Amino acid sequence: MKYRYEVSGDDFSLAGRASSEMKKILRSLGASSAVIKRVAVVMYEAEINMVIHAGGGVAEVEIGTDSVSMVMRDEGPGIPNLDLAMTEGWSTAPEWVRELGFGAGMGLSNMKRNADELTIESVVGKGTTVRMRVDFPAEGLQA
Amino acid sequence: MNNTPADGKIIRHAVLLDSDACKGCTNCIKHCPVEAIRVRKGKASITADRCIDCGVCIRVCPHKAKKADSDPLSAIDCWDYVIALPAPALYAQFAAGIPVDSIMDALLTLGFDEVYEVAEAAEIVAAATRSLLARPDRVRPLLSASCPAVARLVQVRFPSLLDHLAPVLAPMELAARLAKERARAAGIQGRIGAIFLTPCPAKVTAYRSPLGHAHSEVDAAIAIKDLYLPLLGALQRQTREGEISAQPATQSPAAAPPAADSLPAGSSQSPASVSPAASSTHTSAPHAALRAGAAGVAWARSEGESDGLAAYSAIAVDGIDRVSALLEEMENGVLADVDFIEALACPGGCIGGPLTLANPALARTRVRSRERERGVRTGSQASPRIGTGPELFWTEDLEARPSLRLHSDFRTAGAMLEELEAIAASLPGLDCGSCGAPSCRALAEDIVRGMAAKNDCIFILRERLRGLTRELLELETIEPPSLDKPAPLQPASDTRPKETNP
Repeated sequence: MKYRYEVSGDDFSLAGRASSEMKKILRSLGASSAVIKRVAVVMYEAEINMVIHAGGGVAEVEIGTDSVSMVMRDEGPGIPNLDLAMTEGWSTAPEWVRELGFGAGMGLSNMKRNADELTIESVVGKGTTVRMRVDFPAEGLQA
Repeated sequence: MNNTPADGKIIRHAVLLDSDACKGCTNCIKHCPVEAIRVRKGKASITADRCIDCGVCIRVCPHKAKKADSDPLSAIDCWDYVIALPAPALYAQFAAGIPVDSIMDALLTLGFDEVYEVAEAAEIVAAATRSLLARPDRVRPLLSASCPAVARLVQVRFPSLLDHLAPVLAPMELAARLAKERARAAGIQGRIGAIFLTPCPAKVTAYRSPLGHAHSEVDAAIAIKDLYLPLLGALQRQTREGEISAQPATQSPAAAPPAADSLPAGSSQSPASVSPAASSTHTSAPHAALRAGAAGVAWARSEGESDGLAAYSAIAVDGIDRVSALLEEMENGVLADVDFIEALACPGGCIGGPLTLANPALARTRVRSRERERGVRTGSQASPRIGTGPELFWTEDLEARPSLRLHSDFRTAGAMLEELEAIAASLPGLDCGSCGAPSCRALAEDIVRGMAAKNDCIFILRERLRGLTRELLELETIEPPSLDKPAPLQPASDTRPKETNP
């Protein structure tokens, strides 16, 4: 099953919609608590990042037989130093974003903790593509 | 509707429908936080599998067709020795001028042998929660499970948050256990019954189908609203007797609740100036001693529980929709810097319970005033009980109630979901509720579950009727070849063949 969501970069009140939709879908499929939680966390983080840093983008999700794969693509400014960005506490979020409770620099490391696979391709000035995969337990999605 | 629970566990729900009163309107289906209600054959029907007993439908039904299956007043006569367990919300049903001691004494005149304040147990629950928060290995934020409707909401809609629920007994349950223990220690013989005086149906369900433990020591639950009039009557009798013995009457006690200046001696000061010592000396019955402090009484209102956790980053949320919204965010992992969440299903907390009577805003002010009367009582004594008294924690894990999943087989569920999306896209999206489902998407879900048909949508039905009408009109114009000639009234210029119907 494939899903595609446009993530708006203009309206912060819409941020989190795609991950919220995905949670509903996973609940309908009877996904286990652990799977829902991990997908929610990684997708929400990626979505918020796309809104805050890149002016939005596109989220594509594929629910397979043994994993959920997410590709989050934006045409934002890119990440100049990926290693630094992956450091806990490192943040380039502007002050107003931090005041909203976001941008604490925990996003990427949070994603890394919850995804079974996380790859980030980023070209400065062109954009960033984040690929994430959350595997189902051996007993299946509903286990 | 399909009422077989997905996890095979039968819950004895306390929210029921009064079919005679139900008009089949769409108020309840629209407000149910778990979309558990459908209108079928002109009557609302609750899916037991999904219901969390929050009582929102009781509150919103304009026809009072939703009822709580709480126990009748006659339950008081069912045991040899009966202990009343008043939820602190009970105190807020009466004007602040009526001392809680008087309410307790009035309960005794109704046939209860003893009163044990649930507020006292709440303080011990708070201490148990603090002991969990003191452990750095506990998952954060810890989510209070004291509101059973919220705990069941998590089971149905937010199973990924189950491990966040604080596995502490609810105040009601702990109160029943402690009260019975105390009564037996005092030498009470025979069958002891513990009756909770409840502000909501969720707690009725919670004693019949306990959360986190197999058996409940609560034996019955009487709705505060059912107890109100008998209690008011008892209070008025009490006031009358107090006036006869103490002083001349300053006003008629029969018509209105007694004013502060006509109350029995010992509690005649204004509420704000009553010191804890002064009110605790007023005990006309030996068992009606007030033992809970302000912290326990505060549990009647929202923020009451979280106020007791001042050392931690605690937040409070009330009202089932706002609770759902917060849990949605919590699932995204954004509340990691919060230690504790107090979440209450009713607006304003337990004082907003559907089985209470006083306006929640007024009740809140009254609770505050009762808190000031109490001051600190058992808060300091509560902590040492941990580890020495009865069990304070759950003995069973709460399991997910996967009633939102479409099928127990993931592949089948996937196919159903794709069909659901396609059907939902073809529906008008007005969420009008005329089909008996709360939204177009819910109808689509019912269709793929085999519990509804596309024609249940009045707009789809209308479209089909329109198409059919068009076809009928078209067919009507066709004549057998043997009779096919221009109609007499038709203008001569019209020589178009008959089958080109506009």
